[in-house]
Amino acid sequence: MSCCNCNKSDLSLIKDVLDKYASVDGSLITILQHAQDIYGYLPTDVLYHIAEKIGSTPAKVMGVATFYSQFRLQPVGKYLIMLCQGTACHVNGSERIEKAIKEELGISDGETTVDGLFTLKNVACLGCCSLSPVMMINDETYGRLTPDKAKEILRNLKAKED
Amino acid sequence: MRIVVGQGSCGIAAGAAKVYSAIEAQLSSSAELTITGCIGMCFLEPIVDIYDGDALLKRLVKVQPSDAERIIDYVNGNENAVSDIEITDDDKDFLLKQTRIALRHCGVINPEKIEEYVADDGYKALEKVLKTMTPEEVIEEIKVSGLAGRGGAGFPTWFKWNAARQSQGDYKYLICNADEGDPGAFMDRAVIESDPHNLIEGMLIGAYAIGAKEAVVYVRAEYPLAIERLTNAIKEAEEKGYLGENILGSSFSCKMRIKAGAGAFVCGEETALIESLQGERGMPRLKPPFPAQSGYWYKPSNINNVETFANVSWIILNGGAAFAAMGTENSKGTKVFALTGKIKKGGLVEIPMGKTLRDVIFGIGGGIKNDAQFKAVQMGGPSGGCIPAELLDTVIDYKALGATGAIMGSGGMVVMDDSTCMVGMAQFFLDFTAKESCGKCVHCRIGTKRMLEILSRIVKGEGKEGDIELLEELCYSIKDGALCGLGQTAPNPVLTTIKYFRNEYEAHINEKKCPAKSCTDLLSYRIVEDKCRGCTLCSKKCPVNAIIGSVKNPHIIDTEKCIRCGACYNSCKFEAIVME
Repeated sequence: MSCCNCNKSDLSLIKDVLDKYASVDGSLITILQHAQDIYGYLPTDVLYHIAEKIGSTPAKVMGVATFYSQFRLQPVGKYLIMLCQGTACHVNGSERIEKAIKEELGISDGETTVDGLFTLKNVACLGCCSLSPVMMINDETYGRLTPDKAKEILRNLKAKED
Repeated sequence: MRIVVGQGSCGIAAGAAKVYSAIEAQLSSSAELTITGCIGMCFLEPIVDIYDGDALLKRLVKVQPSDAERIIDYVNGNENAVSDIEITDDDKDFLLKQTRIALRHCGVINPEKIEEYVADDGYKALEKVLKTMTPEEVIEEIKVSGLAGRGGAGFPTWFKWNAARQSQGDYKYLICNADEGDPGAFMDRAVIESDPHNLIEGMLIGAYAIGAKEAVVYVRAEYPLAIERLTNAIKEAEEKGYLGENILGSSFSCKMRIKAGAGAFVCGEETALIESLQGERGMPRLKPPFPAQSGYWYKPSNINNVETFANVSWIILNGGAAFAAMGTENSKGTKVFALTGKIKKGGLVEIPMGKTLRDVIFGIGGGIKNDAQFKAVQMGGPSGGCIPAELLDTVIDYKALGATGAIMGSGGMVVMDDSTCMVGMAQFFLDFTAKESCGKCVHCRIGTKRMLEILSRIVKGEGKEGDIELLEELCYSIKDGALCGLGQTAPNPVLTTIKYFRNEYEAHINEKKCPAKSCTDLLSYRIVEDKCRGCTLCSKKCPVNAIIGSVKNPHIIDTEKCIRCGACYNSCKFEAIVME
């Protein structure tokens, strides 16, 4: 999200969040969560800005941002595929689903398709163990997957975009 | 009549929200439509209950949006309209064989309406505590109950409460650990989504006992619905005077808030959780001092798990002795398990301690999917271990489970059949702990990585003599060298699989074979000449053109080209392809 064409983030978007939390001790994670909601990910210039406003160092902010799996330092595709890697999904074949996604989209864990449509992210248990193997695309959960079923779901989403 | 749609995360994932909308679209004025949380019968979701007053008339299972019309028909008097989607007697047993305390309201009341909780004896325990008991008496009652930490460690709850009570300090915190990170465990999420007021009430009683003025719930970020329902419940409780200043007219005041975690397994460790609450990287602190002396913002703090708190109001209302009457010598009360994996009936099971693993897996869970051979059950997630079939009669009790090398843990019970490779299972967990190690202790950070490399070699068929011994050596040094529970228990999945399934490790290393036929790199496919009809289907399916042969003549797989994807094996209609 840029303010013009200069690839800089529009820092005014996070002003309200910083006004509310910058002076509250222990709020760094909360601020980062809001920032990610606003920008879709955590752009580097935003991290520098947060560090300055809360009176901390960029290293400290970066340290927290890279510690937690929720935070992303790169933009994600329009469809974020969260593939569950919980124990139940593992036992019921999540590895085969990952392979099918790779075959269909050509992306591995953490990667985004060239057209910017899909990002694949392996996640810890989504807690829908009885529907395993499971993946979640944006807010929709797809359960009892087979490699073919997973490919079909992705093809349908692609078709929608064409 | 009242139509109630089960809307826990699992139910919604299975389609409950669509079912709700479909019924809503056709609803007549004669019935009321509402929601409830998770009843725990995940294998039957989406579930719709039809009540007349308090009486449950029908429980409908695996309901589809297209069933909405006949549900309305039934409500309008057509008695037989829904008979084919009604729960079977066999499936009813799933609940009838359980004893529900922590889950007693789950799937029964509407989690978004405080009135329904209050109508079912809700907040009566809090009232009893504030009006008739001293904090010391509350702690004594919990001591009598024998309640122990349900998050995994099994530490006596009263002892922690007492330590925080005794600790000197002007301001104390009560914290609820809802960072349910074990893959395969979802009981805490079910409690928060389905009965949030029970958690709030348990926490308030704990806060009163230790003298805390502020309570915080640290919830996993992956649980948006739980956060939403708990936020609503806290607001309701404040409006009704159960939270805030001078609760129920007493001198006790306590406020409560939620902190959403950001995804780090190590934050289930209490001092790492505190660091995370303070906005830092979630890295464990040295103990002592314990949180009871110096916790959140270095003030006396007490941390318990969701399920622990969910038992508290029941104990206060029914007496600690009633809770202690259930269970075994060293494990009292009930425990909730999340039964998943290769099981026929997966879901949430709450049973008194002292039952056996067989009671849960075969008695309640109905045995193994497709009637396959039961091989092992994994308990305690990445901190636990695999318990083999020959120990199926082990009783559920902290000591007995600990003796197997596994742990009670938070209650994940992942069932495995003979198609699960135990070396692969150990690799799976080490991959998890290696990624989740916070990096503070060298043994955990580097040791888990080295173990993962060895296990990855073994499943690829590159295992060497001495690997098992090297793994064991690394296991013991990580156990000794790690500061927190994550590192100290990370070797358990490896140690238990070596202990009970050493032959599988040896087969991988010496014979380059995977007995469970699960490790792709160790498989080979072969066409049985007599059975092959030359239909050519397999050669068409093969992505690398590794199958040669002409129509109506037996085909051959070129093993040099074969990538062992199994496409031919899955496509053959004559069982002519064998996997070895």
